[in-house]
Amino acid sequence: MSTFFAPALVLLFQEATAGRADVMLHSVKNPDLSKFLVIGALLFVIGVAGVLTRRNIIVIFMSIELILNAANLNFIAFSRYLQDTGNVNAVAGQVFTVFVIVVAAAEAAIGLGIVIALYRNKETIWIDEIDLLKW
Amino acid sequence: MHRYIWLIPLLPLAGAAINGLLGRKFRFSEKLIGSIAVGTIALSFLLSLAAVYSYGFSNNSIWPKPYVTSEDGAFSFTWIPGGAVHITAGAAERSQQETERLSRESQPGTPAAPPDEHAAEPARGALLNVEWSYQLDALSSIFILVVTGVGLCIFVFATGYMHGDPGFYRFFAYMGLFMFSMLVLVMGSNFLMMFVGWEGVGLCSYLLIGYYFSKKEAGDASRKAFITNRIGDFGFALAIFGVIATFGTTQYTDVFTQAKGYPLELLGHWGILSWIALGLFIGACGKSAQLPLHVWLPDAMAGPTPVSALIHAATMVTAGLYMVTRTNVIFQHSRTMMLVVALVGAATAIFAATIAITQNDIKKVLAYSTVSQLGFMFMACGVGAFVIGIFHVMTHAFFKALMFLGAGSVIHGMHHEQDMRRMGGLRKYMPYTYMTFLAGWLAICGIIPFSGFWSKDEILWNAASTSVIPYGWLVWLVGTIAATCTAFYMTRLMALTFWGNYRGDKDAQGHGHADAGHGHGAHTPHESPPSMWIPLAVLAVLATVGGLVGIGPAFKSLTGSEHPGGRLNIVNYLDPIIWNAQTGEFGKSHEGGEEAHGAESAATSSPTEHTEGGTPSASLPHAPAASHTLTLAETSAEALGSHTAAEWLFIVISLVVATFGILLGMLFYVRRPELPDIWARRLKPLYEASYNKYWVDEFYGLTVTRRVMDAARIVFTFDSKVVDGAVNGSAWLTKLSSKLTGATDKYFVDGLVNAIAAFIMRLMSPLLRAAQTGFTQNYALVMVLGLVAAVALFFAGDILSAVKSIFASVWVFSFWS
Repeated sequence: MSTFFAPALVLLFQEATAGRADVMLHSVKNPDLSKFLVIGALLFVIGVAGVLTRRNIIVIFMSIELILNAANLNFIAFSRYLQDTGNVNAVAGQVFTVFVIVVAAAEAAIGLGIVIALYRNKETIWIDEIDLLKW
Repeated sequence: MHRYIWLIPLLPLAGAAINGLLGRKFRFSEKLIGSIAVGTIALSFLLSLAAVYSYGFSNNSIWPKPYVTSEDGAFSFTWIPGGAVHITAGAAERSQQETERLSRESQPGTPAAPPDEHAAEPARGALLNVEWSYQLDALSSIFILVVTGVGLCIFVFATGYMHGDPGFYRFFAYMGLFMFSMLVLVMGSNFLMMFVGWEGVGLCSYLLIGYYFSKKEAGDASRKAFITNRIGDFGFALAIFGVIATFGTTQYTDVFTQAKGYPLELLGHWGILSWIALGLFIGACGKSAQLPLHVWLPDAMAGPTPVSALIHAATMVTAGLYMVTRTNVIFQHSRTMMLVVALVGAATAIFAATIAITQNDIKKVLAYSTVSQLGFMFMACGVGAFVIGIFHVMTHAFFKALMFLGAGSVIHGMHHEQDMRRMGGLRKYMPYTYMTFLAGWLAICGIIPFSGFWSKDEILWNAASTSVIPYGWLVWLVGTIAATCTAFYMTRLMALTFWGNYRGDKDAQGHGHADAGHGHGAHTPHESPPSMWIPLAVLAVLATVGGLVGIGPAFKSLTGSEHPGGRLNIVNYLDPIIWNAQTGEFGKSHEGGEEAHGAESAATSSPTEHTEGGTPSASLPHAPAASHTLTLAETSAEALGSHTAAEWLFIVISLVVATFGILLGMLFYVRRPELPDIWARRLKPLYEASYNKYWVDEFYGLTVTRRVMDAARIVFTFDSKVVDGAVNGSAWLTKLSSKLTGATDKYFVDGLVNAIAAFIMRLMSPLLRAAQTGFTQNYALVMVLGLVAAVALFFAGDILSAVKSIFASVWVFSFWS
């Protein structure tokens, strides 16, 4: 992974700093793997930041969804990338994405159920007020 | 067989150990305890018999020489391992010639520098190596036979006498321990072993006098005996130090070999040997109850009667005699000490005999009689007749043990009544005791042919004929008067106890003692069981015929020789241990036909021998230098014209005084019983003095005991005020300082600790508390940060190179554009 990571960053910065419109346009029209990875990384970071900073439990759920989707994006990106390179078994990433979506749906269902139950009892969805276990 | 003599003291010790250690725990029956004790003593006695036979009388006997177990490795071990001894006394004194030579040498030199005494003479030293080994020679063989033989009789007697006593096992443990100590005393081969035995018998004497420890008088008497003996032991210990400092060894054989080469110390000359002899004699005075230190023996009668018989009549009190005879070479070197011994002995003999006349307690009479007889023995030693002293030890052991046991039997039969005024007529009730006592009575009175006659007569004869000391006639006179007193008070004892009519209350009610323990209810006197009268019978036989081993030279015409019986005669048998002042060697000087003990030969022999024996001769370095005055015996021999006639005269005199004493006693106590009271009134001061034992106890109490107690009180005051004060003061100081340290600890150290802890707590707790927000998000944030950090660390190289290439590309790009 490190073999990808470093050149991707290099590429990103090269192109971002080069500022050449045609090159940028070309790379937007023909996105390669690094673009997806960058997007995924950004999504992940935004998700993590949301989880860590938000107090609204709904927003935290949404942030978690962002994190999951960042992962999904990576799966898809790599899957496609591997298909392009001629790997026969590259569909596994897409299948995994489906699984992740299913799990995320289930999790959201349960989580929202809990949130509703909480709200009924505590009348709040702010997590710093949910401190029943705090001594 | 004499190789096994080490078993002789060991067996009683084993018996004592078994009885003492196991007897109580396993509740030994009296029969078992008695048979262990008697059995071990009997074995010891048989061993002693075999050893003495093998030593002195068998085919391979080594009789004249002493047998020491370390010689052939039979038994010995190094008891006190050697240390270098610097010999400071004795031969270290320079001889006259040497002094002159040294002064001559120092004169030409610088006169300012005084001659260094220690540098001038060679350093003299020795390696003191005290071994534990036993010595068997003529003297110790007599003593082991007497100790184990008489001891056996007394042990058998004690099994009957002590019957029913709750401390039966304790009694026999002490007795066995005593036998061990006594045998070590007489069998040890050096002074230190004698000292160990000496102290051992002292300890056992203390334990046994205080046997009835619940009685106050017994406890007091035991302490009195022990303390009085300490005074004697002090002298003895000093004498042993003197021996070590002088001879560098304690082994008898070595000491005596050296000592016989010393010059004779004449009357009034206090040389080193005189001082040693003085120390030894102080020890002997303590143990043998001689005049200044005799006070403990009569009180010692508070012990059980077998103890009185064994320890305070037959064996322990003769230890002083054993010591004096053992070291006779030292005593004979000091004419002064010989005179002291003789005078002390004579004074004690008459002193105790006169006290015994008025005592009413049967055991007290016998105790003073013992003191008196011991005085006779010392008298014999003092006039140079050591052998006769030992002979009297032996016969006295027989008849006095017999009389003490007889008294024990009487006390037993009288239900613990000791006052003779309440006895009388016991001949009827106790025939065996009476018959045996009769033999003892005749023996101590000195009636021919009972044993006491032979020894006592020889003592008086030697006193009269001695050339060793002056005033032999005085000693003889005192001894003869004492013998008369002896006959008188013994007859008194017989009359009050056995003759006449019974004066006790036959039907009195409520005797204080445990009658039930004896298994009879009647209060009439009764004969003792066989276990008690059979030993009496044995001792009676010995008291009757025991003197025949020492038939004197007066009976030459009857027996054929001066000391008939060869080695079986005690005089011949003991001769090798007696130093002969004439020849400077041990044993007889056979050439001159002289006896070791005496100047009797001076009277017997022809005029030439007379000069040789009695007056100084240039060829004999040890002969006395003083001019010889005629002794009583010589005077009478000259008057009668024959030496034998003089001897017979003295025999007749002693028989006459004995008979006179007996007849006087019979007159006073049988014929006319009112006479004693009349004469007591007529001679009231004398009677009072005798009855109150010359107020010696009171005198000691006033001069010694009271002063010692005053000193003790002063010391106690010092102790309680100064010493305790110092101790308490230091305790107070300690408390104070501990208070101070406590306060320091509490306020300073604890305060510091608390302050630091509080400081740390106050400083750190907000930080730590702040970390614990309770919000999951915070913890998650930390986790994420940690993850980032971990990833950053993991990819540190990649990130670095990436950053580099970014800058590189930026640089290239800026350059390119």
